[in-house]
Amino acid sequence: MNIGFKLNGKQVNLEIEHRETLAEVLRERCRLTGVKVSCEAQVCGSCTVLVDDLPVSACTYLAYEVRGKRVTTIEGLAGESGHLHPLQQAFLDHFAFQCGFCTPGMILAAKALLDERSEVTDAETVAYMNGNLCRCTGYLPILKAIRQAATELRGGK
Amino acid sequence: MTERNEFAVVNHSVPRGDGMAKVTGSAVYTSDMAVEHMAWANVLRSPFARARILSIDTSLAKSQPGVIDVLTGEMLKGLHPYYGHGVKDHPLIAIGQVRFVGEPVAAVIAEDKLTAQEALGKIAVKYEELEAILDVDTALAQGTPRVHERDFADGAFRGFDDFPGAAGNICQAVHIEWGNVDAAFAAATHIAEGEFYFPMVYAYAMEPYVAIADYDAKGQLTVYSSAQHPFMVRHDLAQVFGLPLNSVRVIVPYIGGGYGSKSYTKIEPLVAACSWKAGRPVKLQLSVEEAFLTTRGDDARVRIRTAADAKGQLVARHATIHLNTGAYAENSPMVCRKAANRIVGPYRIPNVKVDCFAVYTNTVPASSYRGLGGAQVTFPGESQIDELAEKSGCSSVDFRLKNLAQSGESIHPGMRPIDADVPGDVREAARMLRMDRPLAPGHGRAVCCSASDAGAHPVTLAMVQVYADGSVSVLSGSTEIGQGSHTVLTQIAAEEMGVPLEKVRLVGSDTAVTLFERSTGASRTTTLMGRAVLEACHEAIAQCKIMAAEVLGVTADALVEERGGIRCGERRLTWPEILEQYFQMEGCSIIGRAYLRKTGDLKLIPVFWEIGVVGVEIALDEETGRITLDSLVTIGDVGLAIHPAMTEGQDLGAATMGLGVGLFE
Repeated sequence: MNIGFKLNGKQVNLEIEHRETLAEVLRERCRLTGVKVSCEAQVCGSCTVLVDDLPVSACTYLAYEVRGKRVTTIEGLAGESGHLHPLQQAFLDHFAFQCGFCTPGMILAAKALLDERSEVTDAETVAYMNGNLCRCTGYLPILKAIRQAATELRGGK
Repeated sequence: MTERNEFAVVNHSVPRGDGMAKVTGSAVYTSDMAVEHMAWANVLRSPFARARILSIDTSLAKSQPGVIDVLTGEMLKGLHPYYGHGVKDHPLIAIGQVRFVGEPVAAVIAEDKLTAQEALGKIAVKYEELEAILDVDTALAQGTPRVHERDFADGAFRGFDDFPGAAGNICQAVHIEWGNVDAAFAAATHIAEGEFYFPMVYAYAMEPYVAIADYDAKGQLTVYSSAQHPFMVRHDLAQVFGLPLNSVRVIVPYIGGGYGSKSYTKIEPLVAACSWKAGRPVKLQLSVEEAFLTTRGDDARVRIRTAADAKGQLVARHATIHLNTGAYAENSPMVCRKAANRIVGPYRIPNVKVDCFAVYTNTVPASSYRGLGGAQVTFPGESQIDELAEKSGCSSVDFRLKNLAQSGESIHPGMRPIDADVPGDVREAARMLRMDRPLAPGHGRAVCCSASDAGAHPVTLAMVQVYADGSVSVLSGSTEIGQGSHTVLTQIAAEEMGVPLEKVRLVGSDTAVTLFERSTGASRTTTLMGRAVLEACHEAIAQCKIMAAEVLGVTADALVEERGGIRCGERRLTWPEILEQYFQMEGCSIIGRAYLRKTGDLKLIPVFWEIGVVGVEIALDEETGRITLDSLVTIGDVGLAIHPAMTEGQDLGAATMGLGVGLFE
């Protein structure tokens, strides 16, 4: 079947199989391998991408469902000029990753959180990020990074 | 951790070398890779823990369009299909029988992933199910058949100096003894005694096992894999295929986590055999579920007793450890050795006896998991220290301080003396946790410690290439598994060569390009590879001095080394200037190298003692049993932190994984 959607700001039209997941289409057809697949059961969050600004697990989301929607992957997060999103910079500043496999999903889930709410408590962040596993860092650096990015996105206050 | 400023680059929390790639999604892991003309493999796995394979009919699967071939254990003629760095007991695919649920029985090689998956359902396997040996007691009981019906050759792995092996279902036995344990227990005032069980765990690295193998027509085998130890994988592949080392190339891109689970050889021989059979590059990507069926941590039953005298001095420890090692040895012989060493703890104990057994069963093969044996034995040992403190009427911290070895004191006869301030670390943890505060109802508080013989077997080779434009490459066989090797090693080179960090690039991990590094684990990358890089820089500088002396027409002793170059009286020459004037040509480079081995100050094992000190305060809901963590203190006695922020991050990450095992998994 043919589907059309906005991928990282650009209109794309693709011929896909009905059964293909969004993760398969993004990774294999679009070569956006920043979409990472781990549990394949909607548990670990590593495949998180944004569909119309909301986080979804691309591993279990059928690709045809993005028809006419906007999809954002980690590759589309930095600005046109290559300027990092405040979350990307904050993850660098706080060493909020080690192996980096969970990082794209983690950053995109955090973006959805901060798009939704400009003021966010640590408890809210922890609850919201519950669906994203990291086995390396112990989460604290990630929490600090999200705090920093939230402050910056609010205009430094 | 405070940063000292005697260094320009080292001991600073510089940006990670892999940072930009990892936050923008451009970092390439093996799972992201594809090579030209690549086929896909998928694996049919055993539904039985122990069974004879009577027949495998692959004809229907082979007739499916898109299927290239199906590999089974009967098609391995010409290969040496059993591998293993400790014991060569592991067939790359089941041969004649299966020994655990999930063991690969057949591999479909197809044009695409889906076809390979579909064809699995068309393979008919007839089994004769046998009674499975699922636990240690059954495995060791009189009359139980052997998990392996024959003995296997030792792997040619030289790290196993103390690899005696064993017989029957005992894969490895390690015995440690000094003093007279029986007499000491007979005379002791306080005795703690108990049995502890540490369950099976899976490290859950986010990236499941994945490899691409290309056995080409010229007899060159190239493998991309998410493997921690590329040189160990190369060794096993060279043995399986009877290839010289220069014909096996193992390339490791970024690795999506390991925690021990990606140490040594896993799926690489199977994928390489698929490529050998199909005559095409083949990729095998396991699911997380399959990864659970590939490796796990050894579960352990620890029977232990510890004794103290009337003054509260430890006098004896006696432990018997049984590890459920699963169907194949993997790295469990080393886990066995390390569990035995590590159960002693950082204490001076005059009488010790430890018997540790790694036992074969029909379960998923167990191997390295976070500090080989440390997790399994520290809880039993430290629990008894607390128990004895209470029996002695002493606080648990004071009891430890009384018995901990001081820096320079030996805890294991014949091993390197303790090279850290463990009593100081425990005191610091107690201070940070404020152990003297009154305890709220339902709360508990403890400080525990461990000493791990770290660094593994020291054979580490490195090269540093210094270019005529002042840039530097570090060629290292260590893998970047998240621990920060790409950052720390470049920091060390930048510091030693006196060049900005931006001018240093890390090249690795590719066995065709870098020199041998035994492994990436046991906290050896900064300590051993870091030291090798440092020595390689010194060697490059020594070469530059000789060149400068020739260029300047003086003797080398007239030169004084300065940051980034040399001085001779009023004249100063940077490394680029020396190289250009020496070679009279632009664009040259020289190589400094270092070969570390088990000699000199690295002769004594361990390379260093890795001290873990942890303090926690928890709140217990007595009705539900729910435990909430109130405070966590961790102390890593690391000496000079090359990268303070990443060092702290490592400790926090390790402690968090420990909390997972302790509270949830």
